[in-house]
Amino acid sequence: MSKIIDLLKERILVLDGAMGTMIQRHKLEEEDFRKGWFENHNHSLKGNNDLLSLTRPDIIEDIHRQYFEAGADIVETNTFSGTWIAQADYGLEKAVYDINFYSAKLAKKVADEFTKLQPDKPRFVAGSIGPTNRTASISPDVNDPGFRAITFDELVGAYKEQVKALIDGGVDILLVETIFDTLNAKAALFAIDEVYNELNIQLPIMVSGTITDQSGRTLTGQTTEAFLISVSHMPLLTVGLNCALGASMMRPYLQVLDKTCSYGVSAHPNAGLPNEFGKYDETPEMMGQQIKEFLDEGLINIIGGCCGTTPEHIKVIADLAKEYSPRKIS
Amino acid sequence: MKTINRSTLKLSGLEPLIVTPESNFVNIGERTNVTGSRAFLRMIKDGDFESALAVARDQVEGGAQIIDINMDEGMIDGKEAMVKFLNLIASEPDIARVPIMIDSSKWEIIEAGLKCIQGKGVVNSISLKEGEDNFIEQAKKIKRYGAAVIVMAFDENGQADNYERRIEICKRSYDILVNVVHFAKEDIIFDPNIFPVATGMEEHNNNAVDFFRATKWIRENLPGAHVSGGVSNVSFSFRGNDKVREAMHSAFLYHAIQHGMDMGIVNPTMLEVYDNIDKTLLEYVEDVLLNRRSDATERLLDYAETVRGEGKKKEVDLSWRNNPVNERLSYALVKGIVDFIDVDVEECRKQFERPIQVIEGPLMDGMNVVGDLFGSGKMFLPQVVKSARVMKKAVAYLLPFIEAEKDGKQSFSGKILMATVKGDVHDIGKNIVSVVLGCNNYEVVDLGVMVPTEKIIETAIKENVDVIGLSGLITPSLDEMVTVAKEMERANLSIPLMIGGATTSKVHTAVKIEQNYTKGQTVHVLDASRSVTVVESLLGPKKEQFVINLKADYSKLREHHANSRANKELLSLEDARKNKFKIEFKKEDIIAPTKLGLNIIDNLDLNLLVPYIDWTPFFQTWELYGKYPAILNDEVVGVEATKLFKDAQSMLSKIISENWVQAKAVVGLFPANSVGDDIEIYEDVTRNNLIHKQYSLRQQTKKTQGQPNLALADFIAPKESGIVDYIGGFVVTTGIGLDEKVAIFEKDHDDYNAILLKALADRLAEAFAEYLHEHTRKVLWGYASSEKLTNDELIKESYQGIRPAPGYPACPDHTEKIGLFNLLDATKITGVSLTESLAMLPVSSVSGWYFGHPQAKYFGLGKITEEQVKDLAVRKNVNFEECEKWLRPVLA
Repeated sequence: MSKIIDLLKERILVLDGAMGTMIQRHKLEEEDFRKGWFENHNHSLKGNNDLLSLTRPDIIEDIHRQYFEAGADIVETNTFSGTWIAQADYGLEKAVYDINFYSAKLAKKVADEFTKLQPDKPRFVAGSIGPTNRTASISPDVNDPGFRAITFDELVGAYKEQVKALIDGGVDILLVETIFDTLNAKAALFAIDEVYNELNIQLPIMVSGTITDQSGRTLTGQTTEAFLISVSHMPLLTVGLNCALGASMMRPYLQVLDKTCSYGVSAHPNAGLPNEFGKYDETPEMMGQQIKEFLDEGLINIIGGCCGTTPEHIKVIADLAKEYSPRKIS
Repeated sequence: MKTINRSTLKLSGLEPLIVTPESNFVNIGERTNVTGSRAFLRMIKDGDFESALAVARDQVEGGAQIIDINMDEGMIDGKEAMVKFLNLIASEPDIARVPIMIDSSKWEIIEAGLKCIQGKGVVNSISLKEGEDNFIEQAKKIKRYGAAVIVMAFDENGQADNYERRIEICKRSYDILVNVVHFAKEDIIFDPNIFPVATGMEEHNNNAVDFFRATKWIRENLPGAHVSGGVSNVSFSFRGNDKVREAMHSAFLYHAIQHGMDMGIVNPTMLEVYDNIDKTLLEYVEDVLLNRRSDATERLLDYAETVRGEGKKKEVDLSWRNNPVNERLSYALVKGIVDFIDVDVEECRKQFERPIQVIEGPLMDGMNVVGDLFGSGKMFLPQVVKSARVMKKAVAYLLPFIEAEKDGKQSFSGKILMATVKGDVHDIGKNIVSVVLGCNNYEVVDLGVMVPTEKIIETAIKENVDVIGLSGLITPSLDEMVTVAKEMERANLSIPLMIGGATTSKVHTAVKIEQNYTKGQTVHVLDASRSVTVVESLLGPKKEQFVINLKADYSKLREHHANSRANKELLSLEDARKNKFKIEFKKEDIIAPTKLGLNIIDNLDLNLLVPYIDWTPFFQTWELYGKYPAILNDEVVGVEATKLFKDAQSMLSKIISENWVQAKAVVGLFPANSVGDDIEIYEDVTRNNLIHKQYSLRQQTKKTQGQPNLALADFIAPKESGIVDYIGGFVVTTGIGLDEKVAIFEKDHDDYNAILLKALADRLAEAFAEYLHEHTRKVLWGYASSEKLTNDELIKESYQGIRPAPGYPACPDHTEKIGLFNLLDATKITGVSLTESLAMLPVSSVSGWYFGHPQAKYFGLGKITEEQVKDLAVRKNVNFEECEKWLRPVLA
């Protein structure tokens, strides 16, 4: 898929928006998460969105389609929690391969449809690799700061399993995202490198960190540039930021990446900050205006949305992105 | 377009550590090492990790930029201890901010450590000791974990113990890492083994010399690679004699750094300042290190036996010591005497209920006296800076007491943020303003140099400052200030903005900055002494009137500027070129340089430069105006100028005798011809091989009849004339070693001497440029071999030929420096590098071109049209925006 790298020099590529926000539009019940696969599972599964790729593929397929229609070049697989570590909460460690494999296949099928219709705008699938719900650098026990709930080796094992399944399912890109602990991300990169070596392949890798607040640092305390340095040992397609912040708050940290990153730069911010009800209420126009500032400054190679963004947001963003040339990669 | 340098070593903890050639030396903390510290070993053995963390914290606070962690001890489970300690460090942001060096001879400990660090650390170390396969496998893993690596000069046959073995093993390791493992070159750090000297065994005599030579070889032959080592090994035979060991470490480091060692494991408490080493001891130590005499070891051993601590005292008039403590404090402040300040402040502290009252009472009273004297012209800046030093020391003494009180807060008249803008490293002026404001009871938040916009704004908001002061010296800083103003507007700030620095002006502030920042007031401050009045006006009750007047003033300036611009007609580029300066070039007018190509001057004797110093600008730095030497007898400032001059002379003689700075230069002389407004520079007189093109800009203002529109290219014979002409280029610096020395003064709160030293180094650099130009005219080029000029005539530039500098009036295009530096290989030869804004680092450096033709003369370019910028962009093959950005200050 060297094509992506070439395209990245030609234009700004558009990533899709939120998966969770779109799933919420359907009022789903427990049985939607079980249908045909986990009917007799002894644990409540409602809210385990990754399972919907198996149990309600119609919904996930439709969401991918809406994002492609809105102008996205890349959609993410519905696999944010597709590791045994994240699935352990539901007792579904054994479903990891299926989640990743079928999610990838599903997204790839929709992407191929769109590519066929419009060959000059090829569509891609990025395998979404989330941070898991355990951190390798922080102790969950305040009284024992040396304790760790997960080890580097366990993370590598979990990520290898996910990565292999995503590749088997046909993804074009691997996206290590929402990184709040760089050590977790380094384990993911370690796993990817091992899998690439074993299979003798190399897909482009996107890495996206999360700056948690205006302190400008990740949850584990790294500055943007320190984060960049910590993941730069691998050849990457892009390094970027996503989640936690709305677009305008993300801007200073994207400027840092712009100045210091020798790879592409990506951003998929939230639709603002959540309101007191936990909803994101920035309209596509409001968000578009802020994203226009990034584009004016030439900070961006890949742009998309995270929490609270919808196909309507992506449409505005994709229309904007067309008007601009991408950040030059040195 | 941005150029992001991939080939620098970048490490990270919570924060980045970027090792550039300017970083000089990266200091690795060594006390968290069970093999090197018995105390640390005991803590680990006892499971006292709290204390172990405190050791790490001390190291970082003490300035360690990386911390080395070693748990190799037979009595402990090294792997478990490493993991536990690293996990604990991860929860301590003040330690974890620096990168970690995982130090072990056991691979399993290294690997366990790598699994615990989120940043990019360093592995210490791997080697070819167990063969290539093992080496390759470990290197591959390290790469996958994302760390840099130290490689020991060790192979299957053992540790390298001479020069040849060192370079052979390092070369072999390097080739495997780069070609087989594809390890990033810049992530490779060699440890070519520091072994003890003066052991009494003859085969050890050359140990240090071999290390130095190997270091130099590595830096020159293995691109990207760095050199590190454990320094304390060298003095192993003098265990128990700290005085000798400290001297050995400093002298060793001094020479190793000269040879290219750029990081190292050093105990800062076991280090003497190189310049403070007793001269006899230094000579003996260097005899040993450099293996200069056969009896070096015995002489040092004999000397070591006699070493005792010795102190010295001077006789001075101390009658003022009999006065009451308040008066003593006031006296010390006015006179700038620091010697007794701690004692006096302590005595005073006991008289008051709360420590803060000492500041608010006697100290502020004293500073008010200083302020009054300064305001009425009875004290001058150099003295005020000395007073401020005393004040700082006094406050520093009181701070722990105030903090112990918790609620103690000094009440200031206002809080001022000061910063030299991004890309600019000049800070003498900014420091003076900070000091003057500090003296006047303003709290100054000084962000230092090269401060990015976001940091200025973020700090302004966080610290809730009352005024922001921006400073800059080079022209790109003008644009940067515009950016800061725009960003402040965008951030919705209304904090007043002060603009100052050598290239700033009231007109620029009015035309380019003020109207971009509508919510707050922007004001240009001409010099440091006005900063207080300006701040008082901005924060005082009469602010409204002040702002109204200022706005009116600035808008008048803008109007005037717009009008005068319209009146000043600019010629089209074509017409300007038609009116070029037409020199009739004759073969006999052009003299071929005696020494074509590069001429290097290394470590010039600074004594030679003293006669070339132009003192007048030196006094201007201190805001004492008048020509030297007349200024020394000036009615108003004469006394202070004389004092300042005396201090300068005494520091100058120290700079010279103790080699505080080094003077380095490179001159290149080449055949050249002009082609239009470009100057082609050739490898040799055949002129077959074009090695560089210099692009000159042409004046476009309409001239009176008979006056040409000049460009530098006019001073070089055109290619079509068939005559071989010549051009020269140069870079000089007297700033090597300066920063370290300045840092020592600053650490001691001694702004006066810090500023004095910087100002002197600047003068020396200018003097060096003058000296070198003369040397070039007389010897290297030799077109004026019989020239005899006095210093005055030199200052008046009454010699033949010119030396215009990129960034100055004749060629305002700073980007021409890049080509000049490449042509001369200047960074490698002189150690001077260019910042992203193309300022030279170290600051005390000068660069430029030499034109030798008798009719070559200095001129100012004046304003040019966009047409010329576009033309230049095409000639230089850069995009217009980039070109325009750099030339904005001269664009009409």
